[in-house]
Amino acid sequence: MIITTILFYLFSAILLGSATAVITARNPVYASLFLVLAFFNAAALFILLGAEFLGLILILVYVGAVMVLFLFVVMMLDINLTRLKEGFLSYLPLGLAIAILGVLELAVVFWTSPLGHIPAPGPIPANADNTRALGVLLYTHYLYPFEIAAVILLVAIIAAIALTLRRRQGTKTQSIAAQMAVRAKDRISLVNLRGPEQ
Amino acid sequence: MMMGGQPTLAAYLILGAILFSIGVVGIFLNRKNVIILLMAIELLLLAVNINLVAFSRYLGNLEGQVFVFFILTVAAAEAAIGLAILVVYFRNRRSINVEDIDELRG
Repeated sequence: MIITTILFYLFSAILLGSATAVITARNPVYASLFLVLAFFNAAALFILLGAEFLGLILILVYVGAVMVLFLFVVMMLDINLTRLKEGFLSYLPLGLAIAILGVLELAVVFWTSPLGHIPAPGPIPANADNTRALGVLLYTHYLYPFEIAAVILLVAIIAAIALTLRRRQGTKTQSIAAQMAVRAKDRISLVNLRGPEQ
Repeated sequence: MMMGGQPTLAAYLILGAILFSIGVVGIFLNRKNVIILLMAIELLLLAVNINLVAFSRYLGNLEGQVFVFFILTVAAAEAAIGLAILVVYFRNRRSINVEDIDELRG
């Protein structure tokens, strides 16, 4: 099982390195590409922990959808990069101090509490089906939360469309409501060309 | 950090803690760029997810993975709405600087 440990440290090192690159990268495109790398390594860690379904979902949903959305927005906006990095160094000491303090405190807690030393479970059996087990749990005991999650996604779709939809002034578009409300006498007027009968 | 040849639960939890701290520092550092701020929030959520999956494996309880599933859903919705707000804001102000977002200040 030494290979598991080696892979854990390898994936963790790349994950932390790319996460650091995300927050320090000068260019937002680089930052989002490093975030893609971070998600790949996190997915590898998930699979190492026996959560294959979540690992694959992380790649499909995050790398395939969310990060592409980030890249779209980064490339769509014309951002002044020099102004964005002003004051970068002035916050660095405080942020670094808080982060190191937080990690040290949490590490002490994890090492001293019995929770951190739960013995590792045995190797995953070869016929274990993580996706099936997760699906059984999700569609029975967690059915209502699952449906609420679907509603959250629907709300997100509607909110994103409603926020970004805009009507440009001066373009020629159909007005569906006006078309549907029209009546025959609005369009055709019968004119008696001969005038009144003599 | 090894016990019986496999990383202990503490190793995974410390990994999550370091990743979470990197996300927090990212929020401190990138006060000018809302896009990187959103990415830092994604890092925070990823750290939480790693913790939940590790607990799920070491405690032999699959429900941790169900929670990761819901966190992924909410994070995707959050990213979509956050980016939509960002696009609308950029359209109005031609800037994504956090310090320019002060119109509600009294």
